[in-house]
Amino acid sequence: MNYDRKADLVIIGGGPAGMAAALAAREAGINDILILERDNELGGILRQCIHGGFGLHTFGEELTGPEYAYRYEKRVKEENIPYMLNTMVTELTPDRCVTAMNEKLGVFTVKAEAVILAMGCRERPKGALGISGTRPSGIYTAGTAQKFVNMKGYMPGREVVILGSGDIGLIMARRMTLEGAKVHAVCELMPYSGGLARNIEQCLNDYGIPLKLSHTVAEIHGKERLEGVTIVKVDENRRPIPETREYVKCDTLLLSCGLIPENELTKGAGISLDRVTGGAVVNGKRETECEGIFACGNVLHVHDLVDFVSDEAVIAGRSAAEYIKGKSNEKIKIKLQTDGKIRYTVPQIITELSDTTVYFRVSDVYKNAEILIEDGEEKLYSKKTLKLAPGEMESIKLTANMLSRVKSGEIKFSLKTGV
Amino acid sequence: MQRNLTCIICPRGCNLVIELDDEGKIESVSGNACKRGIGYAEDECTAPKRSVTSTVRCEGGGLIAVKTASPIPKSLVFECMKKINGTHAKSDVKIGDVIIKNVLGTGVDIIASGNKML
Repeated sequence: MNYDRKADLVIIGGGPAGMAAALAAREAGINDILILERDNELGGILRQCIHGGFGLHTFGEELTGPEYAYRYEKRVKEENIPYMLNTMVTELTPDRCVTAMNEKLGVFTVKAEAVILAMGCRERPKGALGISGTRPSGIYTAGTAQKFVNMKGYMPGREVVILGSGDIGLIMARRMTLEGAKVHAVCELMPYSGGLARNIEQCLNDYGIPLKLSHTVAEIHGKERLEGVTIVKVDENRRPIPETREYVKCDTLLLSCGLIPENELTKGAGISLDRVTGGAVVNGKRETECEGIFACGNVLHVHDLVDFVSDEAVIAGRSAAEYIKGKSNEKIKIKLQTDGKIRYTVPQIITELSDTTVYFRVSDVYKNAEILIEDGEEKLYSKKTLKLAPGEMESIKLTANMLSRVKSGEIKFSLKTGV
Repeated sequence: MQRNLTCIICPRGCNLVIELDDEGKIESVSGNACKRGIGYAEDECTAPKRSVTSTVRCEGGGLIAVKTASPIPKSLVFECMKKINGTHAKSDVKIGDVIIKNVLGTGVDIIASGNKML
């Protein structure tokens, strides 16, 4: 393929994952790096996350989103790592040609030795939720409302209902309340919240906002502007119970119903995605099945904490640097399987005989369960836990010693309940 | 008397169980994974505190993110929001600048927690 310029490492996305990956690659000796960012500043979604709670793991202090982003942005600039803003990547090929465009250069192609995918994720929109009723204005994803309030200074409405209890929804319940709106309820389809316990406490309980578990929005009312929603309780199969229908007057509905890794470029390059995570299938080095293309952050799987995104980006950045320098320690191939109660693992494959931390999520709330890792009939690892929840990512470190004992080429992560 | 709280100090969100005597003094705290949980339980049972984050408008346009430099009494959160919304930042404001000194006499400053957003 023809190209206009070359770079050792192209990083797609200048959010927390992209910046941390760039810094790790630079530290590992890669000079020729280019970060491509579609927004007008580095920092990604952190720029609109003005609340606190970031950085406790990474920096040992509580920072707001912009403060966390600024620490990385400052280092990227100090290290003179090249980046282009307002630059949209439109295509990635398996041989690592990246086509992008911006106002200055028009359409251009960069041939890279290695590529790191760090495009983040987007919110599940209304159209994907199948709510019946009219289509008035006043319905936003929680993140869109967050951008209006925090970055543009506009209030999307005054009388609010929130569907979904993910962290962004909880944070926005508090934010809207502080700016004078009345949040009538947060409805959650599941019998448990997808958000952190601390956010239920400090964003809902502090302001007396009811969290209605096993509830959903059944109908939207209003012609030009949203006038109200019908909320309804659901049974254990998540089917609405008609006699529990209740009309709530409101002018704004915020949706916090899950995040989807943004992988159009990845798919375009022919890279297989994990059906559960929505991100690429990767090995312990965060390399996709396409040689020299790595992924990290929310484009790979949705994280609860940006601190973990930064950690993962360091792995991807270092691995890309090793790849560019021609180092490879690949000796083994172990596939990681799950039993359904454990929904997924990242990585999905291990190719190096070294200590590897495996991240995973469970599919339901489990109390007093035992996490089991087995190679065929042989138990490699087990750990009893008091509580596991889908909203909280877990991790287990597999040692090189443990991996060297694997005979079948496949290990299974499962959960034994009622122990 | 027993009180149950969710610790909000870190994302772990420990379930704290606090034993109080008849005068409301703390006898014991359990369920905390670290010592910060004890401090939180003590504050929460006597004088609850919260951090406030918001934005202020800048002269000549744009917004800047702001925060209380440390937590303030929970009862003053809405008063604090009024002060924040009644304030403008200078057009050349930078991250870390003090926007409101000693807000509501709490001894806590409101500081810029980001750079200007246009």
